[in-house]
Amino acid sequence: MDDLLREFLTETNESLDVVDVELVRFEQEPNNTAILGNIFRLVHTIKGTCGFLGLPRLEALSHAAETLMGKFRDGMPVTAPAVTLILSTIDRLKDVLAGLEQNQQEPDGSDADLIAELERMAIEAAGGRAARPEPKDDKSTAGSLVYQVLERQLRPGEVSLDDLERAFQETQVERPTPKADAKAKAKSAGEDEERADPKVASQSIRVNVDTLETLMTMVSELVLTRNQLLEIVRQHEDSEFKVPLQRLSNVTAELQEGVMKTRMQPIGHAWQKLPRLLRDLSAELGKEIELEMHGADTELDRQVLDLIKDPLTHMVRNSADHGLETPDVRRAAGKPEKGTIRLSAYHQGGHIIIEIADDGRGLNSGKIRRKAVDLGLASESDVEKMTEAQIHKFIFVPGFSTAGAVTSVSGRGVGMDVVRNNIDQIGGIIDVKSVPGEGSSFTIKIPLTLAIVSALIVESAGERFAIPQLSVVELVRAQANSEHRIERIKDTAVLRLRNKLLPLIHLKTLLAIGEGDDAENGFIVVTQVGSQTFGIVVDGVFHTEEIVVKPMSTKLRHIQMFSGNTILGDGSVIMIIDPNGIAQTVGSASPVAAESEAQSETRKQKTHSLLVFRAGSPQPKAVPLSLVTRLEEIDCRKIELSNGRHLVQYRGQLMPLVRVNDEVRVRHEGTQPLLVFSDGGRSMGLVVDEIVDIVEDTLDIEVGSDTPGLLGCAVIRGQATEIIDVGHFLPLAYADWFARRDMKSEALTRSLLLVDDSAFFRNMLTPVLKAAGYEVTAVAAPAEALALIKKGERFDVVVSDIEMPGMNGFELAEAIRADERGAAIPIIALSSITSPATVERGRQAGFREFVAKFDRPGLIAALKEQTVAWDEAA
Amino acid sequence: MTHDRDTSAERVTEYVTVMIGGQLFGLPIGRVQDVFMPERLTRVPLAGAEIAGVLNLRGRIVTAIDMRLRLGLPPRTDARARMAVGVELGAESYGLMIDSVGEVLKLDDATREPNPVNLDARWAGVSGGVHRLEGQLMVILDVDRVLDMANDAMAA
Repeated sequence: MDDLLREFLTETNESLDVVDVELVRFEQEPNNTAILGNIFRLVHTIKGTCGFLGLPRLEALSHAAETLMGKFRDGMPVTAPAVTLILSTIDRLKDVLAGLEQNQQEPDGSDADLIAELERMAIEAAGGRAARPEPKDDKSTAGSLVYQVLERQLRPGEVSLDDLERAFQETQVERPTPKADAKAKAKSAGEDEERADPKVASQSIRVNVDTLETLMTMVSELVLTRNQLLEIVRQHEDSEFKVPLQRLSNVTAELQEGVMKTRMQPIGHAWQKLPRLLRDLSAELGKEIELEMHGADTELDRQVLDLIKDPLTHMVRNSADHGLETPDVRRAAGKPEKGTIRLSAYHQGGHIIIEIADDGRGLNSGKIRRKAVDLGLASESDVEKMTEAQIHKFIFVPGFSTAGAVTSVSGRGVGMDVVRNNIDQIGGIIDVKSVPGEGSSFTIKIPLTLAIVSALIVESAGERFAIPQLSVVELVRAQANSEHRIERIKDTAVLRLRNKLLPLIHLKTLLAIGEGDDAENGFIVVTQVGSQTFGIVVDGVFHTEEIVVKPMSTKLRHIQMFSGNTILGDGSVIMIIDPNGIAQTVGSASPVAAESEAQSETRKQKTHSLLVFRAGSPQPKAVPLSLVTRLEEIDCRKIELSNGRHLVQYRGQLMPLVRVNDEVRVRHEGTQPLLVFSDGGRSMGLVVDEIVDIVEDTLDIEVGSDTPGLLGCAVIRGQATEIIDVGHFLPLAYADWFARRDMKSEALTRSLLLVDDSAFFRNMLTPVLKAAGYEVTAVAAPAEALALIKKGERFDVVVSDIEMPGMNGFELAEAIRADERGAAIPIIALSSITSPATVERGRQAGFREFVAKFDRPGLIAALKEQTVAWDEAA
Repeated sequence: MTHDRDTSAERVTEYVTVMIGGQLFGLPIGRVQDVFMPERLTRVPLAGAEIAGVLNLRGRIVTAIDMRLRLGLPPRTDARARMAVGVELGAESYGLMIDSVGEVLKLDDATREPNPVNLDARWAGVSGGVHRLEGQLMVILDVDRVLDMANDAMAA
């Protein structure tokens, strides 16, 4: 291709991109003449150059567009249709340019449609004012060129008078500039002067990207060779090469940095097309969208930039289409009508973080869950167990699109999976966070450059591997008798790390290069991929090294575990582990990992104050502190035995004492620790051996129990602890404890549906509620509850927990309300969080009452109130 | 497949001969980049059996293919140093690990015979014909197919 043409193509494409952006800005600020001037100038230059190069289609099109823009300058109101028309003209120009680039000649085709439209609009605008005659005198103002409409009839290829004039003018300007090889350049020099842009002064040259690529490859090789030399010198302590090599090493590092810099481009380049895109989208979708861009000058490798350009565009498109609601929906939700999409980029370590956030409706977990089941990605029971974060991950699965209707914007089933693929390819990580009703945000973490990465060199089964630092969170050394030791749940290895269970994978097992049988020792590379964290167990950890990533041979590319290979300083080849590949294996092969993640998330939400004590056995026992009224140590002499029962005078009343089990001895001397439970003026003392502690922990009853008085076993503070069932002991003190007040007037049993994901609460509340005269159906998941109601089972009242995995209590309440059979059933919320905001949210969702967890009397009272109210209503 | 190029008069192909499991093979010399002793071979976990590993040959990463396994022969047990023939496919380098390298032979294309119909399927897949030499037969190795099949075999 001829140089002039190539130069023209590059320049024109860049100019058109600028025009795109500027036009959208202009539409918003129609009075900004500076913007208009800039656009006008760019289009004019294109027109002029086309005429010079003999490109009639381009010239005619740009001329028509310029004419219309001239009208804007003359004061014609800037209307959206006019801007749209010009934008589509620019698109056509780009098409023609693309054809030109391919075939080196303008593709055939007619632009009469667009030109006619442009002319029509220009004439309409001119209709109001008399067409001015030859405005030659306008030229008297130097540098500001005004073009009239009369030349519209100019045939493509012809040069208008003022073009000629301008050419002359600019040739004059050209004189001081050294480059005079081509008109195109002369023109750009000329207009630069016109613009008086400070950027003009910057000394820059265009370098072919290939040249830079080659340079980068050479530097990579240099880094490798340097590493090899360093390795050799390391073996010869007193080498005379040491000092010069050190210098070579420094210079290499600087060179590497320098070359890398030449490849750096601001991420704003990848964002350039977005304002235009959103403008079109907002028109198409009938939504108002504001685009915020932060950190557009953050630089990254152009190769990386190229690879993320499309994913970014796609994600912004998605946010606009799926994320943001229509103005009326937003208004109804109390949000500003204008939706916001926020793009931000910043550096963090050797990586760049890009966030795409919108303030839309957030991901629809329910829909994703259903779709996941429909597509057979997970079973119904699996998805129930998953956390929101895990559910959201499904959107990255190929062919996954929840868009009900396929719009022209998105929802074609090629979506986030493609995005994820692209990002995986460059060793990046994508994650999504979403809050229903508040919006979602995607975070992409990518390396600054692909060619050279920092990696941790590890050893497993006598072989070395590199793990990219990007995903390494920390290193933990596991030893048999230390705080960090590898434990096993069945065959799955886990590590307790700061109160979380970390799933572990033995690298040697994963790669089938040996047995991971040295069970308790090893180094654990804690790795994070998206929201998934796991530990890779290796035999040894060496050091970190800057490695040059070489792609895997095509014969080996199918192995998911490796992202490439590299040559180390000692000349040997090692594999680079792909954390993404491992994450996939972890996710699919060992459900334990996913589950423990789910659990840890639930745990985060639900910690309870627990009273830990010992009674009868060294094994600790616990009871929720909120159930306990007081802790007492009473003088043993005060304990009396009457009718075979221990009693104590307590606050002017006789309080019966109950032993947790038969092994507990009521002491005869010293003091006796008691847990006092009071309700409705009556108290009971539970005799224990020792009160150990009050701890804040989660309550997951992992092993149920048939022993009366025991709900089961849970791990509290890392120890297996028996959870006692207070409901069992209360009637031991007073046989009528539950019955006396609540049952009085209840002639008929009412049916109650209890929804709580925690086995502990189901077990604790069921007897209490039964004792209060309700026929209790307890289910663990909202979906089950909903299914029962939909099936037509009759319930007089529903009691539901709020924080549950999957569908939460609010969603359940809304769903029950929405069902005709369920609409009238009173629903009572049971929650550990009772902030005014939560209560309000609950009322909106349809909860009649909000009762704090463990507030048993409160619950009974609320139940009575609701069921009575309902009876009266019925 | 192989076309008899009897249209042109006298065509001669040069072959690098190698021994694999006692059988003489010939590789068209145009495809052979170099012959080297594979050192510091790094095995690739999870790769197919034929992939002997990867190694660094003058700064390039070469994928070594064990020709014995590729041809369904038993692996070598003796400790004698092995040789490899360097070939290229696209921009990638491969090393075909063989037992030993022999001389270079110039052979007339006209004397090349197609594979016997009863040749082991695995061999027939990689063989581009047979030359009758004095006292023994030389099987022509089709490099592209040797490398191509490596992929299928692994996937299977």
